[in-house]
Amino acid sequence: MDSTIALFLAQDGITNGAIYALLGLSLVLVFTVTRVIFIPQGEFVAYGALTLVGLETGVVPGTAYLTLVLGIAAFCVDLVRSPDGRQPRVLITRAVSDLGLPLVLLGLSGVVAPANMGPWITVPLAVALVAPMGAYIYRLAFRPLAQATVLTLLIAAVGVHLVMLGLGLVFFGAEGYRATPFTDVSLSLGVIDLGGQSLWVLGVTAVLIVTLWYAFGHTLAGKALRATSINRLGATLVGIPTARSGLIAFILAATLGAISGVLIAPITTIFYDSGFLIGLKGFVAAIIGGLVSYPISAAAAILVGLVEAFASFEASSFKEVIVFTIIIPVLLWQSLRSGHVDEEEE
Amino acid sequence: MSKFRFAPMGDLARGARALLLAALATTALSGAVLSSAAWADINVGVIVSATGSTAALGIPMQNAMIFMPKEINGEKVNVFFGDDASDPSTATNLARRMITQDKVDLIIGSCMTGAAIAIAGVANENGVPQIAMSPIMLPEGTDAWTFRMPQPVSLMAKALIDNMAEKGVKRLGYVGFSDAWGDFWVKEFDTYGPAAGIEMVAQERYGRADTSVTGQVLKLVASRPDAVLVGASGTASALPQIELRKRGYTGPIYQTHGSVSADFIRIGGKDVEGAILASGPVNVAEQLPDTAEVKTPGMDFITRYEAEYGEGNRNQFAAHLYDAVKVLEQAVPKAMETAKPGTPEFKVAFKDALEQGDPIVASQGVYRFTPTDHFGLDERGRVLITVKDGAWQLIQ
Repeated sequence: MDSTIALFLAQDGITNGAIYALLGLSLVLVFTVTRVIFIPQGEFVAYGALTLVGLETGVVPGTAYLTLVLGIAAFCVDLVRSPDGRQPRVLITRAVSDLGLPLVLLGLSGVVAPANMGPWITVPLAVALVAPMGAYIYRLAFRPLAQATVLTLLIAAVGVHLVMLGLGLVFFGAEGYRATPFTDVSLSLGVIDLGGQSLWVLGVTAVLIVTLWYAFGHTLAGKALRATSINRLGATLVGIPTARSGLIAFILAATLGAISGVLIAPITTIFYDSGFLIGLKGFVAAIIGGLVSYPISAAAAILVGLVEAFASFEASSFKEVIVFTIIIPVLLWQSLRSGHVDEEEE
Repeated sequence: MSKFRFAPMGDLARGARALLLAALATTALSGAVLSSAAWADINVGVIVSATGSTAALGIPMQNAMIFMPKEINGEKVNVFFGDDASDPSTATNLARRMITQDKVDLIIGSCMTGAAIAIAGVANENGVPQIAMSPIMLPEGTDAWTFRMPQPVSLMAKALIDNMAEKGVKRLGYVGFSDAWGDFWVKEFDTYGPAAGIEMVAQERYGRADTSVTGQVLKLVASRPDAVLVGASGTASALPQIELRKRGYTGPIYQTHGSVSADFIRIGGKDVEGAILASGPVNVAEQLPDTAEVKTPGMDFITRYEAEYGEGNRNQFAAHLYDAVKVLEQAVPKAMETAKPGTPEFKVAFKDALEQGDPIVASQGVYRFTPTDHFGLDERGRVLITVKDGAWQLIQ
């Protein structure tokens, strides 16, 4: 391997690693706030990517209808479940967020899809279509289980994953798709050409990570999220609405997933079931971060991307094996370091 | 998702039949009357991978169920349809249920290599003929009941090797799926490549849902091959080709018959122009000479399938099911001369009828099964095609 090849591999690894970083951060966020190991995170990637392709090819994507259906379901369930939510003021707010928003998005897709409007319109719309799903899924599947064990929550997460996977096949079909790149420019750095899309991936990831860092450290909502993740009961006692924190965490996770999806859709072929494997690599990064540390997870995600790139060069048959083997020493080290951990300490 | 929904004999119908049988039995009718009334129907089990990783192959096959006849030789055909979800163990369970509960006379499927091998095991154990929709290789002595519709990898590999030798290819780079399909092609090239002076200088693998093949492609390019073979299927096979072109590789790229679909061209765009593929003849039926036997059934398939599912949606996997129906229509009447459907004798008679080697002219080739050859295809079952201006073009 000469240095040019190494540079190419590094570029490929870092680009993929940036995506894994976004997913790893989402997983850490969701886990710390709600204790859910969020298996369906990858599905948001596929949904985001394929929704974008749908909008580009002039089809109103199935996800637009799914968001509406989920919104209606969440609205109805809340109506039945929470008696104090039946006050007119609350009802109106909910009707706007659960029924109005998806309807507007659906209407927008109906306008945008046939008009072939270019990435500045389709990309934000694709993300906006997928992001509310996080909120609805949280309210339908996870909030009722807020007090359940991690294992129960994991099982619920697997259930959501399977449902989303099946719906993905129905919406998008079994074949893969690619989106058109945002830009054709490429940057020449010495011997290698940095593709415009890779720059987008890196730039957006960096901006998002900085934004998240700022939001967690310097805004009230961010601090509330952190408080919830550090001590749920304590946060409740000082008056932080922990259910609301969960809601925000899920919306963020869905948004980050969808953004990852629209970023990689132009670089590679995305299938309805591509998300799971991508999410799993983000999961490896999150595990290395102990499911609690954002900076370690982000760094680990870049590492996973690099290992993957170099492994696919050196021993492509064993690529996945090598990537997932990283987890074993980390788990060993963590279990040695922390000794016995009570899963349900609260 | 598709127009074909489910078998005409649902659980309800089965339940109703069971009730009817019970009623008849309690009124003390003789068993002989029963068997002639209900057991002469031909029960066909169809297992495809309509969901899961191989859904891209299974869905067109499910679509092609429109070709399944209502009756053959005056006997009603009952179809039992199952989706194995691209999972060999589900396929095994489905096959067992169809044999023991639905009393099928034969099983068609599956389109996924692993699932088809699993069904072959059950078929062989129970003595039920299987028409596999994947070119599966089975150990000696275990394929007595398994007949395949798709072209064997060796037949296609030889066509590609001949073309490579003609072009003077000595060093071949290979990138393929890290699964059974990828392995088949390495094996065939290891067997037949050296005789044609072709050496495999790099062997790389990737997964169907991988988002990047940069590493593999860099390795391939670094080994300076004269040509590259992509041993993959469906839209996923376009990814290495796109990456190869992006990395400045300009030599010929070969693809397998697994890649022949309109979606391959849609994904690959200008990067897949000039790719050379081994294919069944059905994809270019219009371009075949009128003397080709496969042209008539091929055009019939295309006309009927595209009338139902849209222009340009022809698909080799759907064609395999069409051909399986051709096989049924020819072999079932012959088997019925000696045995009644539903009996073990019928299954043997069906197998014998196929193994007599009468040519069955179908859309993907002319099948002549013999006791030793359960693929039954010769050169008439393959063509070489290329992508020109975003469409398939016949080479030879």
